[in-house]
Amino acid sequence: MLAKRLIPCLDVRDGKVVKGVQFRNHEIIGDIVPLAQRYAEAGADELVFYDITASSDGRVVDKSWVRRIAEVIDIPFCVAGGIKSVADAGKILEMGADKVSINSPALANPQLIAELNATFGQQCVVVGIDSFFDVASGQYQVYQFTGDESRTQKTQWLTRDWVAEVQRLGAGEIVLNCMNQDGVRQGYDLAQLKSIRDICRVPLIASGGAGTMQHFTEVFSTADVDGALAASVFHKGIIQISELKAKLIADGISIRP
Amino acid sequence: MAKLVIVDTGCANISSVYFAVKRLGVEPVISADAAIIKQAKRVILPGVGTAKAAMHNLAERDLISTLQGLQQPVLGICLGMQMLTAHSMEGDVACLGLIPGEVAPLNAAGLRLPHMGWNTLHSISQHPLLKGFTAQDYLYFVHSFAVVPSQYSLAQCHYGSDFAAVIGKDNVAGAQFHPERSGKVGARLLQNFLEWQL
Repeated sequence: MLAKRLIPCLDVRDGKVVKGVQFRNHEIIGDIVPLAQRYAEAGADELVFYDITASSDGRVVDKSWVRRIAEVIDIPFCVAGGIKSVADAGKILEMGADKVSINSPALANPQLIAELNATFGQQCVVVGIDSFFDVASGQYQVYQFTGDESRTQKTQWLTRDWVAEVQRLGAGEIVLNCMNQDGVRQGYDLAQLKSIRDICRVPLIASGGAGTMQHFTEVFSTADVDGALAASVFHKGIIQISELKAKLIADGISIRP
Repeated sequence: MAKLVIVDTGCANISSVYFAVKRLGVEPVISADAAIIKQAKRVILPGVGTAKAAMHNLAERDLISTLQGLQQPVLGICLGMQMLTAHSMEGDVACLGLIPGEVAPLNAAGLRLPHMGWNTLHSISQHPLLKGFTAQDYLYFVHSFAVVPSQYSLAQCHYGSDFAAVIGKDNVAGAQFHPERSGKVGARLLQNFLEWQL
């Protein structure tokens, strides 16, 4: 039976893993390759590396760390951040990444999703969506440039509409980052994930809000997501992946031991 | 003579296959040169993307007859495995025809596609490549098309329906999952391939 995936996310800046709260105030967690290796050995099912500066400041970013990760990692990994073209994606995949995830560039040029699909296949194309619940309108809305607070802005897309559009264009997987929950460890946004699950035919990954092991049980059993992404609870050692897996198995979730 | 050659199919997962073999202590050669491929002790045919594009790449590199004539152990991975069969419905393209079989859209019976993630095997045959494998082992799959089970299936996987997870005939075998991305279990398949004596 297909297992639900536990996916530590490593935010990368200048080859270091960092973590902020609600996308701000980044602190350095550690070096990228040993951390990646440690997670693979601890039982992570997949890793996501997110270059948090790349989308927001427009510079050419050194991605040679992708190759260094590919040398040591024997589980799948995805690279996000700053991938604006088929050529950008090709370089990352050629260095050994299994998938690329695009977010702001897909909003700027939705056709990029279709081009990546046609060139590398659907399985390589992950679309990340930063979704924020707007109290005034009572709607979930898509934000872009969330790596840099000064440039973060609301798009014209409602989250539901954008989820439908990226699937139409050929996304192979969607990572839904619920910004209201990010970094505060109060639990995944179950209501939103459940509602998006109903219209998402490709694998859906929950992101934002994991604080306790019970939050993972809830997101898998309530929202039926295919994977759960988390950062700080793993980086800070609040949750051990082996203990989390044992609990999820005991709770009846399909998990790779 | 290279101990192991990874065929340069122009597809994207060549680096990860290269590093996975290297982690087992063997320095592979990546090549699209027919002479080098023919002389290798073992050959890996990697592949991601679509069957049509990958077969086009092989034709462009003039490698089809070379691959069809190999006598040493050959392992196809993911799309590389699908290319070992006679035909793929993905783009309706003729494949290498080394192992009888057909690649069809995976009948996921309403489950999400692509079939992406860690899954288990069943109907595991006694074959040198599958030495040490059990139904409790998880392997990493990413695909939407699959080889229909047949007498050449060495192991199957279930996702909505059964499909061939490992196939083999004579000196040629293939795995639908990614051994280079399947942790220690995947490394075992590659190690078994390195030790496979015909």
